[in-house]
Amino acid sequence: MINLEIPAKLEQVHQMAQQLASGVFRPISRKYDAIEHCETPEELKPVAQMMAAMPRGSGKSSGNDDGVKNGSNMTGIMAVEAMCWGDVGLMLSIPGSGLGNAAIMAVGTPEQKEAYGKLYCAMAITEPGAGSDSAAISTTAVLDGDEWVLNGEKIYCTGGQRCDAVVVWATLDKSLGKAAIKSFIIPRSNPGMSLVRVEDKMGLRVSDTAALSLNDCRIPKDHVLGSAEIADTEAARKKAFGGVMQTFDNTRPQVAAMALGVARAALEITREIYEKEGVAADFSKQPYNSTARELELYRLEADLEAARLMTLKAAWMADNGQPNSKEASMCKAKAGRMGNQVTLKCVALCGELGYSERTLLEKLARDSKIIDIFEGTQQIQQLIVARHLLGLSSKELK
Amino acid sequence: MATPLFDLTLTEEQRITRESMQRLVRESLGPQAREADEAGKPVRELLDAISGFGLSLMPMPEALGGVGMPRSPLSNALAAEDLGQGDMSHALAALQSVGAVNALMDFGNADQQERWLPELASETCCPAAIALAEPGATFEPARPACEAEREGSDYRLTGRKALVPMGAECAWFVVVARCDGEIGAFVVPRDAGGLSVTAESYMGLRAAGMTTLSLEAVRVPASDRLTHFDLDRLVDLSRIGLCALAVGCCQAVLDYAIPYVNERKAFGEPIARRQSVAFMVADMAIEIEGMRLMMLRAASRAEQGLPFHREAYLAHLQCMEKAMEIGTNGIQLFGGAGFVRDYPLEMWYRNLRSLAALHGSLMV
Repeated sequence: MINLEIPAKLEQVHQMAQQLASGVFRPISRKYDAIEHCETPEELKPVAQMMAAMPRGSGKSSGNDDGVKNGSNMTGIMAVEAMCWGDVGLMLSIPGSGLGNAAIMAVGTPEQKEAYGKLYCAMAITEPGAGSDSAAISTTAVLDGDEWVLNGEKIYCTGGQRCDAVVVWATLDKSLGKAAIKSFIIPRSNPGMSLVRVEDKMGLRVSDTAALSLNDCRIPKDHVLGSAEIADTEAARKKAFGGVMQTFDNTRPQVAAMALGVARAALEITREIYEKEGVAADFSKQPYNSTARELELYRLEADLEAARLMTLKAAWMADNGQPNSKEASMCKAKAGRMGNQVTLKCVALCGELGYSERTLLEKLARDSKIIDIFEGTQQIQQLIVARHLLGLSSKELK
Repeated sequence: MATPLFDLTLTEEQRITRESMQRLVRESLGPQAREADEAGKPVRELLDAISGFGLSLMPMPEALGGVGMPRSPLSNALAAEDLGQGDMSHALAALQSVGAVNALMDFGNADQQERWLPELASETCCPAAIALAEPGATFEPARPACEAEREGSDYRLTGRKALVPMGAECAWFVVVARCDGEIGAFVVPRDAGGLSVTAESYMGLRAAGMTTLSLEAVRVPASDRLTHFDLDRLVDLSRIGLCALAVGCCQAVLDYAIPYVNERKAFGEPIARRQSVAFMVADMAIEIEGMRLMMLRAASRAEQGLPFHREAYLAHLQCMEKAMEIGTNGIQLFGGAGFVRDYPLEMWYRNLRSLAALHGSLMV
């Protein structure tokens, strides 16, 4: 039965996360934006403990008589959206919730999950010469007896400074392309991996974005994630890399949810300001009979609503075991650009006040930009969506 | 308390209806749309085929010749989406009597239903329409120029109503007018004295038999003023219906464009392999997805008896603007071929613009 309302159980999750966002994140949002580079904020440590105490991923999903599920993917959307309403940088700084954790939980062995599952694991994919084209990475991994030896440079690694371990993508043989790319768990304390720098950024400042250097970095053989074999047929190779990329089908809606939270925050602040200045966008007149300010608010709210429902749909499909690669990219594309447009427009709609640091609007507009870039840029999502629709391969539609 | 889960699964009944509607769209509605557009009038058999699904019979009480099912805005919206994929003109022409029946069910009392519904209790097309929109540029539903003045036990209606589909053949209209400082709705039969119906030509929806109504002191008994009239509900349920039509039509644009861009070659390869083309296709699909989910949310809230004004308003705004973007990009993808009338693209473009002008039509 078609229903696009949030069930009570998920609403509770949302409210809890919203309390955290307004009680813990918002009051320190400006403070850490100004500090920028620091160790994990003290205020986030109890948050991490609280989250570690919650069952991860295995949370019982609620199903109805028809077997429909609203499970962990949708729960994640609720929590991420509300936390990012508070502060997207702070959410990303909570120890233990790195992208590396998602990868380990998705494809790790029981031993790997046991050893690293509860630590803070970052993910290092991007290199100076390979961003969106992740198949072109040139960090190498060579087996030497019982150890892997890694060499290369990694940049834009979220959490790379503060994490306990990094999941590093490297190639076993660059001539074999995508199929030879594997990921490896490297403890942050490994002497072969060094912190080169932490980036200065426009927004998302509290979140540490690190450059890492791997110089004959040695790790035990069992620290490879998934199989170390390189598939021998073209089809099997394709499948192997596809498997790696499939992690993104689950994570992209979560990143889309970040944009939802940021956009909602900007809209709520704008509405509060407008109320004080006598602009009431109350849906009482036809759009084109409304004032320019009212109409613009309606447009932004409509776009947020479209992105929100698309994100929920992609997560719902994942919860119900439906292939959602296209929908995951669609919601990331829509939410990514929506979040950026909404926050920027809210600054503009609030004039001097919006542009000042007296409200959070300008910060939200700085933070929102990265959401349309990381976890696959707008253009990468459009490529994926277009390939699905047009039935074209990555060779046919580059 | 257990609340329903988020779910996008159609019920078995909705799925079966969808299949047969899509068959009608594929086999006759789509293929005949162009000819009807050129002729400027609907194909009677198509209207009857749509009416054959019995959408206006569903909510009608059994005693009046209907099925007596609960009102279902969601089922109506799904139907409008399917039929809009075939042709917005015929979908609007045939479904506007469903809107009129729904208005009587939602806003009329038992006597009014008994008086006006039986002549619409048919599986062939018996037009009736809601007349809300008025001629002009800045119409606002809550401030109609059309006026009803009380005179003894009658009202006297004066004013003009625009964009009424099939007006020349309607049995009756639900006319919305200012009345004693509020907004009222009156059932006015086609043959009422002082009512004249003139055909009007528009940019699109040319096969929908569009008309303008002129009311000059039309006498309506007070008993024909709908007792529970709710203008917001009318406008919002209509917004959902219009969104559904647009979603269907936009899906038709996308489905038609995909094989074309894969086959059409320029510079030695299919144009689909160029990002500027492929991304346009991707964005169409992305925006359609958002439009559809917003329309479905508003419809399902209406279905569940939840407030849905904000949801319908936003869905309509989104559809009005994004649908036109899709309509114009559809032509762009075809280049000159999209501009000539051999292809349906330019007709869809003309039809989609109507979303910004229609009010009160197709109340789901």
